[in-house]
Amino acid sequence: MSEAALDTAPEKAPAPPKPVDVKKIQAILQANDGARLRTWLSICSRCGLCAESCFFYLAKNKDPKLSPVYKAKVSLGVMQRKKGKVSREFLENLVDVIWGQCTTCRRCAMYCPFGIDIATMIAVARAVCNSQGVGPARLLEVTENIRTTGNQMAMASEDFVETCEWMAEEYGETVRGLEIPVDKKGADYMYTVNPREPMYYPQDMGMAAQIFHVAGLNWTVPSVGWDSTNLAMFAGNKAVATMPVKAMYDKALELGAKAILITECGHAYRSAKYEGPYWVGAPGGLPPVPVIHSVELFRNLLRDGRIKTKHKFEHPVTYQDPCNVSRNGGLWDVGRELVNMLCGDFRDMSPNREHNHCCGGGGGYIPMGAPFKKRRMESGRVKAEQIKATGAKYVIVPCHNCFDQINDLNKEYELGVKVVSFKEIITELMVIPEQFQPMEEEEGAQAQAEAQQEVAEEARQEAGEVQGS
Amino acid sequence: MDKLYEFLSGPGLWIAFIVFGLGLIIRLTVLLSISREKDKPFWDHRDAGWALRSVFHWLVPWASASLRNQPFFAAVIFIFHVCWIGVPLFLQAHNMLFEEAFGWSLPVLSEGLAEILTLVVIGCGVFFIVRRLARAEVRILTSAWDWFLLLLALSPFVTGWLAFRQYGPYDLMLNLHILLSEILLVIIPFSKLAHVLLFFFSRTAIGFEFGARRGARVW
Repeated sequence: MSEAALDTAPEKAPAPPKPVDVKKIQAILQANDGARLRTWLSICSRCGLCAESCFFYLAKNKDPKLSPVYKAKVSLGVMQRKKGKVSREFLENLVDVIWGQCTTCRRCAMYCPFGIDIATMIAVARAVCNSQGVGPARLLEVTENIRTTGNQMAMASEDFVETCEWMAEEYGETVRGLEIPVDKKGADYMYTVNPREPMYYPQDMGMAAQIFHVAGLNWTVPSVGWDSTNLAMFAGNKAVATMPVKAMYDKALELGAKAILITECGHAYRSAKYEGPYWVGAPGGLPPVPVIHSVELFRNLLRDGRIKTKHKFEHPVTYQDPCNVSRNGGLWDVGRELVNMLCGDFRDMSPNREHNHCCGGGGGYIPMGAPFKKRRMESGRVKAEQIKATGAKYVIVPCHNCFDQINDLNKEYELGVKVVSFKEIITELMVIPEQFQPMEEEEGAQAQAEAQQEVAEEARQEAGEVQGS
Repeated sequence: MDKLYEFLSGPGLWIAFIVFGLGLIIRLTVLLSISREKDKPFWDHRDAGWALRSVFHWLVPWASASLRNQPFFAAVIFIFHVCWIGVPLFLQAHNMLFEEAFGWSLPVLSEGLAEILTLVVIGCGVFFIVRRLARAEVRILTSAWDWFLLLLALSPFVTGWLAFRQYGPYDLMLNLHILLSEILLVIIPFSKLAHVLLFFFSRTAIGFEFGARRGARVW
């Protein structure tokens, strides 16, 4: 404690810390004490090969305390050794390690000779902390939003539907007949989004609607279960993480949708396609309705000629593989096919594909907010250098967390790039067939520009209001 | 000394082999039975091709990105493991005992080659010791138990070589050689050295998880 703090400390002793519910911790450890975890904990040979796979380690001058295995050892390793009998202080100190030094990107699992999945062990340690109400404050708040409202930003269903109507109206001025159908039965795709789209970037929804409409897609958005993100997963709260996934599955089944379509977001895809089925107990570990990511749909639409482009995007671009789209989603080649169909000058990062580095904003890091920002910028150095080395002027990023992180890195490291989503590039290059064109073409182009400006303006005002409140 | 030798090379050896074999079998059986309930992803996404590729790329020296990061270490690991298993199996002296006990034996290494390979194992061990001390990220992880296991794993080779060369008291070296080997066999199933068998299962699991589920190459 600093002297100043001692001076102002109240005379009476501070309240004793809340005790730790050891039984609850033991129950979590027990539930996760499977064959894989036991094997991992017992056969790790302490070779240290995982260290060089971790961007936290690489970005901070190879600090040995940042090697993945060390982080697992001081967190879950200690919990196991002490059979769950740990103090609150211990758990609180761990926040810096298991949230502040790991984005659960799972790159280390590929660099371990035994294939030990350290991120999964960190996730168990997070669950233990969460069970005692310990974790980054912002993630705990967001988890509470999901528990009470079903989405991370506590947006009311009516507001969501209203935003869809508004976007249909705005973007209908450029693409004739455009609509955003809500709760339509029997659609091929039920489109789910990240709440920041309807809240702060409604143009994202407008652009998606344009693409779907021009491609003649039979699609819908659900009035509930539309948030496919899952920050409760990163907070370590399985019970709450299950809620939005279940709502989404249930709605898709109710509407008879043939597939759940995920917006350009990484962890939403991982949650819906890979983790969710196990939370809801779906047979075979498969979602009850097929889950498809926007990157894959866009690739299919372009490949099959349902979307045509006027010309290729001429600026030099690079592609960010979001961990949960590429390594944990299997879509690295699909993403590259799409980039190559859209862009004439693609410069890949190194390493890439499933071996990519996390941007530094994943695993709940971006929503953890200001207290973690400085570290996020430090550890992001690896990604910043990767981007710089490509010489690209645009970074295509099909993930909201990567998007924010790379935007921040852009400022911090003066990369001089523009961060864009696939939606932005596609809507810019897309040929709008005659039947979808507004009556006068010039008006159309003007209307498009006006619509985008108007929407951005209103969103900014609304964001100001929301954040101010 | 003779009595000790009789015990160590008779019942002692049997006990060690039985604990080693049964220990590994029981450990694996327990793990597989727990996995039915608690490791559903392992069973849900089985795929022989991905399992084999996941194992194979880590059996060969530079077939994984990770081992290419430390190419010299990769080579040492490979040579060490091949010799650690191969030398005792194909050693002439051991095969004479096999012949005596079971009436069969394996092809054998020449004495000279066996000695060179034994020294290679010891040399690799020295490299592991130096690496463990020199690299900060490895040193910070290393416990007394890790040192013990490393030295134990090398000890049969050191004592075997000393006995072969008849450096020091031969009987003592021979008995030490057998005793340490037996302790090693007994400890393997219950320590990180169980990777002699569990390596294949943990690599299979990660092959299913990344490869069969997502098409990601874990090497």
